[in-house]
Amino acid sequence: MADEKGYRDIPLGGLILEAGNAVGYKTGGWRTYRPQVDKGTCTDCLQCWLLCPDSCIDVEDGRMTGYDYDHCKGCGICAHICPAKAISMVLETDAPGAADARGCFGSKKKA
Amino acid sequence: MNRIVALTGNEAAAEAMRQIDPDVVPAYPITPQTELMHKFAEFVADGLVKTEMILVESEHSAMSAAVGACAAGARVMTATSANGLALMWEIVYIAASLRLPVVMTVVNRALSGPINIHCDHSDTMGCRDSGWIQLYGENPQEAYDNILQAVRIAEHPDVLLPVMPTFDGFIISHTIERLEVLEDGEVKHYVGERKPLHPLLDVAHPVTYGPLDLQDYYFEHKKQQAEAMVRAREVVRAVGREYGALTGREYGFFDAYRTGDAEEIVVCLGSAAGTMKAVADALRGEGRKVGVLKLRMFRPFPADEIAEAIGRAKRIVVLDRAEGFNAVGGPLGAEVKAALYGRSSAEVVNCIYGLGGRDLSPELARAAFDLSGPRTVHLGVRE
Repeated sequence: MADEKGYRDIPLGGLILEAGNAVGYKTGGWRTYRPQVDKGTCTDCLQCWLLCPDSCIDVEDGRMTGYDYDHCKGCGICAHICPAKAISMVLETDAPGAADARGCFGSKKKA
Repeated sequence: MNRIVALTGNEAAAEAMRQIDPDVVPAYPITPQTELMHKFAEFVADGLVKTEMILVESEHSAMSAAVGACAAGARVMTATSANGLALMWEIVYIAASLRLPVVMTVVNRALSGPINIHCDHSDTMGCRDSGWIQLYGENPQEAYDNILQAVRIAEHPDVLLPVMPTFDGFIISHTIERLEVLEDGEVKHYVGERKPLHPLLDVAHPVTYGPLDLQDYYFEHKKQQAEAMVRAREVVRAVGREYGALTGREYGFFDAYRTGDAEEIVVCLGSAAGTMKAVADALRGEGRKVGVLKLRMFRPFPADEIAEAIGRAKRIVVLDRAEGFNAVGGPLGAEVKAALYGRSSAEVVNCIYGLGGRDLSPELARAAFDLSGPRTVHLGVRE
């Protein structure tokens, strides 16, 4: 905790004076199962984007392009709702690129 | 310019609130506070204040609404007693830890059970460690004066803590006494306008109140609170001095009555002080060197000043209108003894009295002066 500020240098009463700071709080490390999309099957209906409680579905030009794994907690709502069954939930340790995702575990500090 | 009136303690408190004209008052009725809010609700209905009065469904909601409105930037006041305060418990701590200068009068009443509506201090003593400043009033005059000063103390930039002015249920709340009140304009000028630090309604500067605060910063925020309580001492003193210049009634941490050369001193809170001072006068007439220290400010606790004021006495009797259930004594007794530790060789008796509104008669008051110890005594209970 050597980098943390002292009690004289922080806002009173635990107030956070910076708006939208949750972006800096990476919660992807909480995930057990990781959603993965098969773009060959995905129809870009964007129901996953509509229902994701953490705004973790990346969309460009009206097309679903992937996940914000820094903040996705792996709740599985996207996989459950997907009408095309294009989304699967994979155990984090079995997922391709899992080593990158595990990098989230060390980044739990608030911005 | 003081105006002389005859009011009950509750009416005096309501009059203070009318003159302060707070922005928001969320309230729920409970004996013996009911008459206070009844009176204030009349002022609202009659258009004598601009206050938004919120009639909530419980005290938990009253304190929650107070927290929300105060965070929004409003000047917020409320009042309660006993079980009402107990139902607020969770939010009482939150108001203090969010550093919200809510002013809540507590009309002291015994906590259940068995259920009882009369005075003791078990309600406010229970939240002595909640982070609120506590000012105990002896009579309707002090009830009125403490509430006006509470606004200034709570909102002072060096403090920003909620304040709980208290007075004894029924004994003070329902007893008419002569008191002096200020003109409306004087009060308006005295309390001024609240200048909130980070109001939620300042949408150009969005702010989060009450986020999760774990091992990394919670301790620092508690240290801030503890420091604010230390700074509150000087603010209470300065506000009391300024109030004295305005009204002729200066306030400090306590009233030391005939303690200068006293060998036997009683320490007490609230309405008991009137009886104890009258009995002290009688004992002085009999040649005994007695005095009374009436504590006004229990939080923060003026330990150094108390030790300075009474440490030279031979015997000190500390009256507690609350039982600590610690198999040792009451809360005031414990704190006074801690204040005297290493600084006084006085014998200290802790005397629990008046629970559930049991009367403190002059005869019992005299008996209190005669107690010797060191020990804890339950005065006035039947064997």
